Amino acid sequence: MIDRLWKARGVAVITALLLAVGCGGEGGGSDASGGGDSGPAASPVDAATAGHASGMVTFSGMAPANAEIDMSTEDVCAAKHSMTPTQETVVVGDGGGLANVFVYVKEGLESLDFPTPTQAVVLDQDGCEYTPHVLGVQTGQDYTLKNSDGILHNINASPTENRGFNVSQPVVMETNRSFPTAEIMVPLICNVHGWMNAYIGVVDHPYFSVTGPDGSASLQGLPPGDYVVEAWHELYGTLTQNITIVTGETAELSFEFNADMSAAHVPLGDPIDPMHPESHRTVDHQ
Amino acid sequence: MRIALPWPCDARVAAACLAVALSAVALVPTSVAAQVDGEALYVKWCAGCHGEDGTGNGVAANTMLPRPRDFTLALYQVRTTATGELPTDADILKVIDEGMPGTAMPGWVDVLSQEERLALVDHLKTYSRFFQGDAPEPLEFSSATRGTDEAIVSGQEVYQSVECWRCHGQQGRGDGESAPTLEDDAGFPILAADLTENWTFNGGGTVEEIYRVLRTGLDGTPMPTFSDIVDAGVITDEQLWGLAHYVRSLSPEETPEVREVVSAKRITDGTVPETVGDEAWEAVEPIYVPLVGQIVVKPRWFNPRVGGVWVQALHDGQELALLVSWTDPSLSPDPTWADFAQRVIEIMGPGDEGAATAAGAPDQLVVQFPTALSDGMERPYFLQGDPRRPTNTWTWRSDAPDAVESIARGLGTAVPQPDGEQHVTAVVQHAEGEWKVLFRRSLDTGGAEDLVLPVGQAVPMAFQAWDGDNGESGNQGAVSTWYFLFLEQPTPVSVYVAPPIVLVLTLLFGLLAIRQAQWEATGAGARVARLPAFRLTKAVERAFGMGVGLAWLGMAAAAYRSASLGWDAGHSDLGFWWTVIAALMAIAGLSAMIGTFIHTLPRDEGR
Repeated sequence: MIDRLWKARGVAVITALLLAVGCGGEGGGSDASGGGDSGPAASPVDAATAGHASGMVTFSGMAPANAEIDMSTEDVCAAKHSMTPTQETVVVGDGGGLANVFVYVKEGLESLDFPTPTQAVVLDQDGCEYTPHVLGVQTGQDYTLKNSDGILHNINASPTENRGFNVSQPVVMETNRSFPTAEIMVPLICNVHGWMNAYIGVVDHPYFSVTGPDGSASLQGLPPGDYVVEAWHELYGTLTQNITIVTGETAELSFEFNADMSAAHVPLGDPIDPMHPESHRTVDHQ
Repeated sequence: MRIALPWPCDARVAAACLAVALSAVALVPTSVAAQVDGEALYVKWCAGCHGEDGTGNGVAANTMLPRPRDFTLALYQVRTTATGELPTDADILKVIDEGMPGTAMPGWVDVLSQEERLALVDHLKTYSRFFQGDAPEPLEFSSATRGTDEAIVSGQEVYQSVECWRCHGQQGRGDGESAPTLEDDAGFPILAADLTENWTFNGGGTVEEIYRVLRTGLDGTPMPTFSDIVDAGVITDEQLWGLAHYVRSLSPEETPEVREVVSAKRITDGTVPETVGDEAWEAVEPIYVPLVGQIVVKPRWFNPRVGGVWVQALHDGQELALLVSWTDPSLSPDPTWADFAQRVIEIMGPGDEGAATAAGAPDQLVVQFPTALSDGMERPYFLQGDPRRPTNTWTWRSDAPDAVESIARGLGTAVPQPDGEQHVTAVVQHAEGEWKVLFRRSLDTGGAEDLVLPVGQAVPMAFQAWDGDNGESGNQGAVSTWYFLFLEQPTPVSVYVAPPIVLVLTLLFGLLAIRQAQWEATGAGARVARLPAFRLTKAVERAFGMGVGLAWLGMAAAAYRSASLGWDAGHSDLGFWWTVIAALMAIAGLSAMIGTFIHTLPRDEGR
C-alpha cells in the first residue's frame, strides 16, 4: 500500500530524487544519471580518478504505522488522494528499503570547494503534502518552493545554522530561496496544514542522496580517499559509516535502521551555543 | 525626495520615528554602549524571564505563553527586514522600548535610559553569531494609502483571497480552522491574533504597523510574510495597504479606556431586550472590562484566554438585562481544540495542588455582586467574597442549559441557591469566535439572599471568565476587580429646568451687586438715572454682600448636585458643564463675600 502511495505521485518524487542525485553528480562530473548540462566547469575533482559509493538503507523490525491525515476540510487536496493520506514518518518499501533517508558525505571533503549548481531543485506542495518529503541541496543552491494546490500554504522553515523564514503562498506560485550554510537538517512546516512537514539537507558539496522506498543510495564521482558517510532519518536519527574510495571502484554503503532506534538523538533544531557555534552538532548514535 | 525611515510612519509620528532612528544609528556604536554594562543590565532586568544564558528559560518563563524570546536563535518577530533576516538595532530597540503587546514583555522606555537600552541591544546581539555578519537592510516601505471605505472593501477582498481567515477566522477573532493546530517555532501552542483587539497585536496596532507585519511576517510564529505575493504580482502593494486598513477596521477606533461604571439606561417604552441580537443593544455603548489571570488562590492560572469582556446593560424598572460579549474562538469543549487545551494545561500547569490535568472543560462566565450593599466603599473580596461578606454569583456554563445563582464566600465555595430561589436567566450565542451571554434578573427578586438592585445607586459588580479550550477550569481562569453597575433613573427634570432658573437668578444678583458697586463708586451725591437711589448703612451693605455671596455658594452647591446627577445618569456632557458652572459660581460667591468683608471693614466707618 505504501508502495502504491509512492507510485501515485512517483513521477514527482523520482524527478526530484533524480534532480537531487543529479545535482550531486554534477560536481563529480562523471555521473551517468545526472546529465551535467548546467554544472559550472570549475570542479575540483578529477573525474578520471574518481570512485563511487552506493548501497542500501534498510529497515528491520516492525515499522510503526504512519498517522492518517484528515483532509476532509480541504477539498482541493482531498481530491488529489485516492486513499486516506498518511504522514511519511517511516516509509518502508516492499524490499525492506527505508525511504526518506538523507545519505551524505559528512567528513572527508573539507579541503575542497565545490561550485554551486545553477539549477534549482523543486519542493512542491501538492495535495497538501510536500514532494519530496526529504530534499537535499547544496549551499547557495536555489530551491523552488512551489504551490501546486492554489490554496493558502505557508512555508515555515526553522533552521539553526541558517536563518529561519516564513512565507505565504495563497495561490499557485513559486518562490526561490537558498541556504548559505551547511545544515543537517532544516525542518519545514505548513502552519495552515499542521500535518505538512518536510526536511532539507544542506551540504557544501554534491555528494548526497535521498532514498526512495527501495532504500538505494548512491554517491557518484568521489575523489579517492577516506570518508565518513552519514545516513539521517527524521525519527531514527543518524548512522555513520567509514568508507574508502578507490579510483574506478564502487564502495558499498550499508545502513540498517531498526524500530528500537526511535530514542536516538535526531539532529534538528538544537539551540546554538553562542560561544561555541559548532558544539551542538555533536550527534548521538550507536 | 523620499526619506527612507526604518518604520512606516505617518506624519504624526514621523518626527518621533526619525528621532529614534537617528539616535539609534548615532548612538549604537560602542563609544556610548561601552560606557554602560549591557550584560549587568541584562542580568538585572531581563534574565528573570529570558534566562542568564539568553535561551528564554528564566525562572519566570514557565508562567508565560508565549514563552520569552530565545535570543540564541536570533529570531525576532518585530522587524523592518524581510523574513529570514536579522532585525536592525532600531527594531530590537523598539521592542525593548515599547514591549510586546499581548505578552508578558513590558516596555522599558520609562525604566532604563537610552544608553542602557542601547547597551542591552548590543548585549542581546552577543547571544547569536548571526549578528557577527553584515548589518541587515530594512525593507523599503511605501507610504500609507488613505483608509477610505474603498480601501477597506478592497482589503476585505484580499483577506478572503489570500485566506487570512484560515487562521484568523472570518471575523478576525482567531477562530480559523487552522487555529487549533498552530504552534510557534519552539513547539508551543500559539493563538492566531484576535484582530478585533489591535492593542494586543505583536508589533503594534496602527495601520502602518499592521502593514509592516504583513510585509515582514512575525518570524518564529506561524504568521508568514506577504511580501512575496506582492513581488510576484499576485496582489498590488496598494491592495496590501487595503488589507492593513481592513484589519485595522476590525478593532475599535480607539483603544478602550477602562471605566469604572457600567450604566444601564432605563427603558420607558417597553421591557428589556430578551435576545442578544435585539436592536436595542445597538444604542447601548459597550464598556470594556479587562480581565487578568487568577494568580492569588491556588491553583493559579497564568495564561488567561479572555483578556476582557464588553458589557452592556439596560433596565426597565422591573428587570435588568446584562449583555456580556467576549472573544473565544471555540464553543468549549470543542474536540478540534482538545489537543490544544491539553498541551496548554501541560505547559502552563503551575504545579499547584488541584490544578487541572485534563482538557474538556466548558466555557464559563460569572458575574458577581455583593449580597448586600454597604454604606461606605466596603466591598466583599473580589474573588467571590469572603466568609463575612458573601457574593451573589450568576454563573453561566457552555455545557449547562441555564444560569445558576449561587452564594459564594470565597473562590470555589459557591453554593447554588435552591431551585425556587433561581431568578437569573441566560440567553447565549456563540458565533464567529465570539460569545454573547445575556443575563436577565428582576431588580427585586424577593429572595432573602439576593441583592435588590437599586435604581440610582452604584452597585459593585465583577466578572470572571473561563475558556475551557484554553485549559481553563476551576480557579484557573480570568478575573476582574470590582466595577460598578448603575441603573439610571430617567433623567430628572430638574437637570433641564434648573439651568435657566439659576442663570436668571445669577444675572439678577449680579446686576444688583454691580448696581451697588456703581452706587458706591459714584459717591452718595451721584444719581443714576432710571435706577432707584438708596443709601445703605454699612451693616445692611455687609449683610447684602454676604447674602449675595452665600446665595451664589448655595447655587454652586445646587449646580454641583446637578453635575453629579448628570455624571451618574451617564450624561457626561451635562455633568461637565454643571461642574464648570458650579466652579464659576463658587468663585463668584467667595469673591463677593471676601469683597464685601474688605469693603465693610470697621476702619471705613469713620470715613
